[in-house]
Amino acid sequence: MSADLSPVLIVGATSDIGLALAHEYAKRGAALILAARQPDRLEADLLDLQNRYGVSARSIALDLLDADSRARFLDALPVVPGTVISVAGLLGEQERSESDAALAEAVMTTNYVAPALILSALANRMLGRGSGTIIGVSSVAGDRGRASNYLYGSAKAGFSAFLSGLRARLRARGIHVLTVKPGFVDTRMTSGMKLPAVLTASPTQVAQEIVRAHLGRRSVIYTLGRWRWIMLPIRLLPEPLFMRLKF
Amino acid sequence: MMLSGWGNYPRVDCAVLRPRDTEQVTDAIGARPTLIARGAGRSYGDAALNRAATVVVTRLNRIASFDPSSGVVTCEAGTTLDELIEVFLPRGWFPWVTPGTRFVTVGGAIASDVHGKNHHLDGTFGRHVISIDLALADGSVVRCSDNENPDLFAATQGGMGLTGVILRATFRLRPVETDLVVQHTTRTQDLSQTLQALEDASEATYSVAWVDCLARGPALGRGVVYRGEHATLGDLPPDRGGRPYGTASIRSRTVPVSPPSFALNRYSMGALNAVYYRRAKTGRALVSYQTFFYPLDALLRWNRIYGRQGFVQHQCVLPLASCAEALRELLTMIAARGTGSFLAVLKLCGEEARGPLSFPFRGYTLALDFQATAGNFSLLTELDDVVAAHGGRLYLAKDARGGAGLLRDGYPRLDEFSRTRDRYDPRRRFRSVQSERLGL
Ligand SMILES: Cc1cc2nc3c(=O)[nH]c(=O)nc-3n(C[C@H](O)[C@H](O)[C@H](O)COP(=O)(O)OP(=O)(O)OC[C@H]3O[C@@H](n4cnc5c(N)ncnc54)[C@H](O)[C@@H]3O)c2cc1C
Repeated sequence: MSADLSPVLIVGATSDIGLALAHEYAKRGAALILAARQPDRLEADLLDLQNRYGVSARSIALDLLDADSRARFLDALPVVPGTVISVAGLLGEQERSESDAALAEAVMTTNYVAPALILSALANRMLGRGSGTIIGVSSVAGDRGRASNYLYGSAKAGFSAFLSGLRARLRARGIHVLTVKPGFVDTRMTSGMKLPAVLTASPTQVAQEIVRAHLGRRSVIYTLGRWRWIMLPIRLLPEPLFMRLKF
Repeated sequence: MMLSGWGNYPRVDCAVLRPRDTEQVTDAIGARPTLIARGAGRSYGDAALNRAATVVVTRLNRIASFDPSSGVVTCEAGTTLDELIEVFLPRGWFPWVTPGTRFVTVGGAIASDVHGKNHHLDGTFGRHVISIDLALADGSVVRCSDNENPDLFAATQGGMGLTGVILRATFRLRPVETDLVVQHTTRTQDLSQTLQALEDASEATYSVAWVDCLARGPALGRGVVYRGEHATLGDLPPDRGGRPYGTASIRSRTVPVSPPSFALNRYSMGALNAVYYRRAKTGRALVSYQTFFYPLDALLRWNRIYGRQGFVQHQCVLPLASCAEALRELLTMIAARGTGSFLAVLKLCGEEARGPLSFPFRGYTLALDFQATAGNFSLLTELDDVVAAHGGRLYLAKDARGGAGLLRDGYPRLDEFSRTRDRYDPRRRFRSVQSERLGL
């Protein structure tokens, strides 16, 4: 992996996909900065990454829901990362967040507001240097609002739109922006759900697809590519029809 | 969730937990009436099954430290030997002891106190373990070693998960110069030649014999004997360009579905065995470590070839004094029945290990696979009688059907094991389908 992609900063590193990404990048020799609310909980993983791949790996505190923490995090970053990935996500319980404003706000902040603010700030620093890669992990749930999870979906939709705008802005200035739309992934977030095996990826599979898309300078990928074809009619269906589908 | 061991027999509906850290393990111990740890599920039978709670530790797989001067590594119990080899072989280190598959976890290797083709010289996996961190029945976590809780340290090696959940272990790796093995192959005509060849090979680091267990009469016990040494830098072939660790990872193939079980009958098995016997190339060869240690791993999920009903392995160890006679009896019975094994593996074992339930002792060990059919089960009971009559024992990591009597007769240090469990788990919260079957 070429040096200007390193270090790789992962926001949301304690998530299953975040940790799988850490392994995929470390395997290719990249140094790692893992941001998490409780960085101590990453200690065993940092040692593991160092022992396995001989790369440098450190953690840094970041509570996405806390504006002060976000500011401190940005100040404390030792370098402008070569690559920054936001894997931050909070599913929440749709039904509860319909009446619980605090939970609704947490879902919106975690999935859209905080990652967008952080990636904006880092994009500006990368511009100063003229190189870098920004990767946002959004969701197929952002492709269309659904009764069953539109709060999460709308925040992801905002994040997807943010990423495509950022990509348009930075395209000519040497900075690559990749939008990732995973379908079902077998993680803690989905544990207990009954997911169809053929449509469910492992965190490692998703991480490998992301690194491949990064190195291939793709713009938007669906992980487990078949999700692209599942989402196509769902995106295109006229609203009156879509609403009548109990989907 | 339906679970089974590698033999796909028996299949049991188990509640499965997948902890990611120590806290989640101790939470599970606090919350469940009984439980058993499970690693990669490569034991053949029912040792890693518990209906109330089967605690799969494969997500505990972090490498905590490594000392490049001594080869001492500390890692979590769910780390597989495959992962360790991937990380440390390019740095010149290999597991001291490895079973015939690299897809086992460190916890599973300790709990079964596994042996390799070097048992006669290097003992079991446990001999190279320095300390173990164990989660106990009361939810506490203790370290055990030769100095700290030595009774628990011994009982956990070969203890089949019945002393607690192994969280972490510190153990030594073996320095190697290359990732190749110098292999010597000889063919033998009958059992006495096979035993002699293994005896002659006892100075070699690794040795093993494959026995054609369908050959009868004067050819009874004929086989192919392999010896191996880690290749040194001087053995490197010229096409390596001086690179000691250059083997591209060998692609594995998967057996896609269970073939119909009639594919395995005395004619097809006999043909396979004969072909294998003739095909073996005798003499010296330089082979990859995968080829030498893990020939079966090249065919992922080969356990499916035994069909849906699954299969069982019968592995016994027999004392030196009467092993020739006992082996002759066993092989005669199997050849006469003709429904026998595709694989029959014979190894020379060295000194007994410290674990009271650790399997190998000085003598020969024979391992055979059988389809899980009623007819084979009755044959296996007859084989058990021969093993018992000669003072042998069965390997718990392979067992799915043995009786309590065989356990008592075969493992004279059973009481020592029970006393240690009385101390640390008086209510027997750690138990498996196997321990219940055996009254352990
Ligand atoms: C192809 C093949 C070849 C083999 N060759 C050999 C060989 O040459 N020599 C040999 O000795 N064995 C051999 N085996 C058997 C294998 O090495 C053992 O069964 C080994 O224990 C499997 O490890 P596992 O991680 O899959 O454990 P599992 O099968 O998941 O569990 C095995 C036992 O270990 C216990 N256990 C697992 N993890 C823990 C833990 N963290 N804490 C406490 N207890 C735990 C379980 O409770 C169970 O009793 C072979 C198996 C196969 C499939």
